[in-house]
Amino acid sequence: MKQFDYVRPATVAEAIAAAAQPGATYLAAGTNLLDLMKGNISRPDRLVDVTHLDGLDGIETLADGSVRIGALVSNADLAHDAGFAKAYPAVAEALLSGASAQLRNAATVGGNLLQRTRCAYFYDTASRCNKREAGSGCDARDGENRTHAVLGWSENCIATNPSDFCVPLVALDAIVEIEGRNGRREITLDELHRLPGNTPERESALEPGDLIVAVRLPPAARGFAAHARYLKVRERTSYAFAIVSAAAALRIENGKVAEARLALGGVAAKPWRARAAEDVLRGVAPTAGVFQEAAWRALTDAKPSGDNAYKIELARRIVVRALILAAAGTPARIAALPASPFASTSGAIHA
Amino acid sequence: MPELNLTSAPAHLRHGSSIGQPLTRRDGVLKVKGQATYAADNHPPGMLFAVMAVSGIAHGRVTSLDVAAAKRHPGVVDVMTPDHKPQLAIDPEIKTNPFVFRMEVLQSNEVRYANQPIAVVIAETLEAATEGAVLLAPRYEELPALVGVDAGASFVPPVVGVGNPTENHRGDVEAGLASADKQIDAIYETPPQYHNAMEPHAIVAHWDGDGVQIDMPTQGLMLSLARVAELFGIAHDKIHIRSPFLGGGFGSKGLMAGPPVLGLMAAKLVGRPVKLVLRREQMYGPVGHRAPTRQRLRIGADGEGRLTALDHHARTVSSTFDDFYEPAADASHTLYAAPAIRTSHDAVRVNTGTPLFMRAPGEATGSIALESAIDEMAWACGMDPLAFRLKNYAEVEPITGKPFSSKALRACYDQGAARFGWAKRLLQPRQMRDDSGLLVGWGMGTATFPALMFQAQARAVIRRDGAGVMEIGAHDMGQGAWTALAQIAADAVGLDIDRVEFKAGTSDLPDAGIAGGSAHTATAGAAIHSAGAAVIAKLADLATNDERSPLFGAGNAGVIARDGRLIRRDDESRSESYAEILARAGVAEVEARGTGAPNPAAMEEYAMHAHGAVFAEVKVDPELGQIRVTRMVGAFAAGRIVNPHLVKSQLFGGMIWGMSFALHEEAITDRRSGRIMNANLGEYHIPVNADVPPLDVITVEEHDPHVNALGIKGVGEIGITGSAGAVANAVWHATGVRVRRFPIRIEELLTQR
Repeated sequence: MKQFDYVRPATVAEAIAAAAQPGATYLAAGTNLLDLMKGNISRPDRLVDVTHLDGLDGIETLADGSVRIGALVSNADLAHDAGFAKAYPAVAEALLSGASAQLRNAATVGGNLLQRTRCAYFYDTASRCNKREAGSGCDARDGENRTHAVLGWSENCIATNPSDFCVPLVALDAIVEIEGRNGRREITLDELHRLPGNTPERESALEPGDLIVAVRLPPAARGFAAHARYLKVRERTSYAFAIVSAAAALRIENGKVAEARLALGGVAAKPWRARAAEDVLRGVAPTAGVFQEAAWRALTDAKPSGDNAYKIELARRIVVRALILAAAGTPARIAALPASPFASTSGAIHA
Repeated sequence: MPELNLTSAPAHLRHGSSIGQPLTRRDGVLKVKGQATYAADNHPPGMLFAVMAVSGIAHGRVTSLDVAAAKRHPGVVDVMTPDHKPQLAIDPEIKTNPFVFRMEVLQSNEVRYANQPIAVVIAETLEAATEGAVLLAPRYEELPALVGVDAGASFVPPVVGVGNPTENHRGDVEAGLASADKQIDAIYETPPQYHNAMEPHAIVAHWDGDGVQIDMPTQGLMLSLARVAELFGIAHDKIHIRSPFLGGGFGSKGLMAGPPVLGLMAAKLVGRPVKLVLRREQMYGPVGHRAPTRQRLRIGADGEGRLTALDHHARTVSSTFDDFYEPAADASHTLYAAPAIRTSHDAVRVNTGTPLFMRAPGEATGSIALESAIDEMAWACGMDPLAFRLKNYAEVEPITGKPFSSKALRACYDQGAARFGWAKRLLQPRQMRDDSGLLVGWGMGTATFPALMFQAQARAVIRRDGAGVMEIGAHDMGQGAWTALAQIAADAVGLDIDRVEFKAGTSDLPDAGIAGGSAHTATAGAAIHSAGAAVIAKLADLATNDERSPLFGAGNAGVIARDGRLIRRDDESRSESYAEILARAGVAEVEARGTGAPNPAAMEEYAMHAHGAVFAEVKVDPELGQIRVTRMVGAFAAGRIVNPHLVKSQLFGGMIWGMSFALHEEAITDRRSGRIMNANLGEYHIPVNADVPPLDVITVEEHDPHVNALGIKGVGEIGITGSAGAVANAVWHATGVRVRRFPIRIEELLTQR
């Protein structure tokens, strides 16, 4: 593979300075980046290894009731943190439905937010890809694209964001804490990922050197703990990306939905917050009929980008099911097959 | 102790208790400790690393390679290209026999498929060679790629599979269809699939003068050796291949492919040992695959559910430059007693690496189509699928009319159905639900695979200390040859298994034939069995001709070899140990050779097949369409079971592969470029542990005196057949949706609610 410099900074400030150089990129667990480098898709000149930085691996509850997750917390440690999983069950369920146990043990929170698309044309360097090489064209557009985007895509890019974790996070208004050359700033997770438009190569709001140091869930996110689920339809039971997924969270008071949160995964270049559907649900009794209406609203703007019209109908059905599951109440324990339609199947062993 | 009286009226018998024991694999500890040496684990001093550059296009030619840039990269030693390579002794395009396939070893700039090797970079490190290959930055003159089963005009190949006739028929199919009360006319499609052995193809090549030491996984040591000899123009005895362990082969390591030849050429070019290991994505091209098929089945049945005709046509593809045709329609030859059967094939040429044998070639692809169609016909006749199959049970092989050498399929149906609880199945689809509302479906399929025999030799030795040695260049691909063949060897020489040194896996040993066609245990086992008989006969001669031996004069009565002693058959009080016989005779050891081979007379007289019945339960989410197999039972009759433990594992593996065929596996090919878009184990889906339900395997007792001396039919491939159809039929039974394109996808099941 291409030779590169390896830098292990001692402080966040050193990291930012090292990573701000052209051709530099951060390395955390590398569960995505190292594959991209071996496949010649990413060819960084310099890796800035942040895994030894202090203070980025804690899960802390702040005075205002929010929770702050360090960027280096592993997916597995977060999902298995009892307090976290109880307060944010859909997030834990999403984490446990992703990748494999081995990958979850290694992969970090910050890295998960920045994982790249799984579009096959992005990974295949013999194909054209505007995301990999700006302006080269998109071979996915008329290619094998049954799993590609149905929302927010452009003629330049129909790739999807593959993260499970980000779906409930965006539903819960997660905030991303960023350290950069000009100090610390915060953006919502919804603002982190960009839709492709004419610049699919620009995937996030991050600037050179920017380092995600933490993800914060605001105090209100706890209010959904009793009615929060993540549901993921995929082509095998484990170690597969979502065809479509959904996170649904309800705050139910006196038999009515006081507040609803809904987001979809696998449908767009970013985790897709469905605010219009949330509006449909506010203040009404949680019934199948209103869930159907919410599902239609969530997919109002959807259109196929290829052989994937079925994903729109599938997404509607997943929204309905996720809302039904959320309304039924968060189970006391996460199922052996997290987020799976087969979570209830007896005899299942943990995926 | 079972009596191994398996050759006609032998003078001497051998008694042993190793065959039939569920021994755990003898190489297991080595493997779990990481001490089993696979090919790529070898690092001779001075070894360099070779990395292939492969084509980004599927058709055209390479117009430039930036060799200078690659050579400038630190650590790169040389770059092998069509203009800079050692000459071969023969043109790799020449087919010297039907088991020779054309390969790409830089003989020209032509590109015939995506991922074809176009150069090899040799460097001091793997990293440098890898980057060197990137720096070659090939340019191409690209021509339109031929992709898919409709890529061009079809033609009828001269043969399919290994020399099978392209067309077969018995009876009048059209008349049978015309007279039928019910007809099925359906088209089924199966995708290209890749072997994806866990261990990639690899070679460590070490030339020493005009001889060469090769570490390379192979399912056919002597075929590989012969190919190396002819390509490099060297004598057989100058070549030594070691292949003690394979991390799976599944047919892709049976014959010498291009990449290991490139490793040999690279080592010759630089004059140092070279290791070449394929990257995972490079296995999607030059090392074979299962071709896609489109199969049309037309079936007729009378008013009582008896088949009147079975017409099975398969379209497949081969490469633009060589011939291998997936014999899918042949799956309809053996199972169902239609009075009229016709099978036929045609093909188109596409820009692909040449397809090859892949676990149950023809049987797997044909089985899922046939078993689906039979299921459709059972439903059309309003019959239970098992009752329908029993109604059409073949008492003789339908296509030939020959009797079966043995056939315990009825027992497989009975025992499998009983274990599964099939009798409680509801006839109508979409009627069964579990407590949580998931659709439940039960499906079944019949499994079949021919009981084949190839050619093999073995050498047996009894040593002065009374211990034995059995030598055979056999292959352990993970199936357990180190164990099962050692069990046969122990009984062959009348010794405890720990008293027999079993040698296998290198090319200096007697030729064990090819480990394929589910025939390795039978073929190698027969050679071992016969070598054992010969060496015991020699030992008996020493004793019975020596008046000092208690066995003197027992030549006619015969002896029994048991626990390291020869014992008079007619007087068990008289015996002598192997060590005593050899010591008195003053010889260090006795040795003899034996052969395993098919019996043409028996093959002429009998149809020889293993059989089985597979029952599957699936659950399907009624709205979301996701499918999960929740239970499978397979009952198989495959003659003598040498090691029940290993055989179960083989059958489990086959059943999982069948489930994978129905629900997961597909090489997604870009319809324009001909490139495989999921050439990695993340996206080329096979079942993960969480997908595999409790599996239940029943081995049904079956005695077959005709297939071979040991009565072994083989279990390597049969598990896939029947299983794929059982899962597909269960999906129909769960949903009422008949999907005829495999693997079954979620979107096909979203049509209903």
